[in-house]
Amino acid sequence: MVVKVQEEDFDVSAECAGMAESKGAGALVTFVGTVRDYSDASDILSLDIEHYPGMTEKELERVSREAAQQYDILDSLIIHRYGSLQPEDNIVLVAVWSRHRAAAFDACRFLIDVLKSSAPFWKKEMTPQGSRWVTDCPGCRAGSREGHSHAPHAAPHLLHSR
Amino acid sequence: MIHVRFFASVRERVGMAEMQLPCPLGGFSVEEVLTMVEGQAGTELRDVHLLASLNQQHVPFTTPVHDEDEVAFFPPVTGG
Repeated sequence: MVVKVQEEDFDVSAECAGMAESKGAGALVTFVGTVRDYSDASDILSLDIEHYPGMTEKELERVSREAAQQYDILDSLIIHRYGSLQPEDNIVLVAVWSRHRAAAFDACRFLIDVLKSSAPFWKKEMTPQGSRWVTDCPGCRAGSREGHSHAPHAAPHLLHSR
Repeated sequence: MIHVRFFASVRERVGMAEMQLPCPLGGFSVEEVLTMVEGQAGTELRDVHLLASLNQQHVPFTTPVHDEDEVAFFPPVTGG
């Protein structure tokens, strides 16, 4: 289980080649998230990613441990970048090794979904009209103003009603 | 002292990345830390979107805070 939070880009093949616990795997599933060049309202010139150093690593390690407990996997790797990124740049890599493909697919989906709702990263889009923080809240989109969760896949402690 | 940190849009509204607050005898909650922050910063931060952490773990606002703890306030996360 490896977690990396870094400013620099990553090479998927090189990163996956170095994983010691992946021996004996019959499946490797990878997910790579990249910077889109558009959003709902505008073109995107660049994307700034802010994070909470320390807490970010702890959260990614926590979700990795959770995946290892819930799925029959051999190993996992998460790399998430921060700083100023350009359209098409890599943002995040999630890789999972297992003996059979189903567990690797399921655990990879679990890791990226939970990561998106609990790891303390925040995106700010730079557009021709100026900058704006990215917000992504199904409850807000549905029009619910009170008592909804911003963390549909996370632990109950993330739920709050104010 | 209680070490308070702010991130993303919350950091911009407060106008600073961190703040030190005295810890009263008997301690208090994350909610009360937020009230003190709003007083110091002169701005309203509480809404349905605000999240909090204590010593780098997500927590509800009723969680007790003790001397030397690190509290952070931030909007919903948008990584991945």
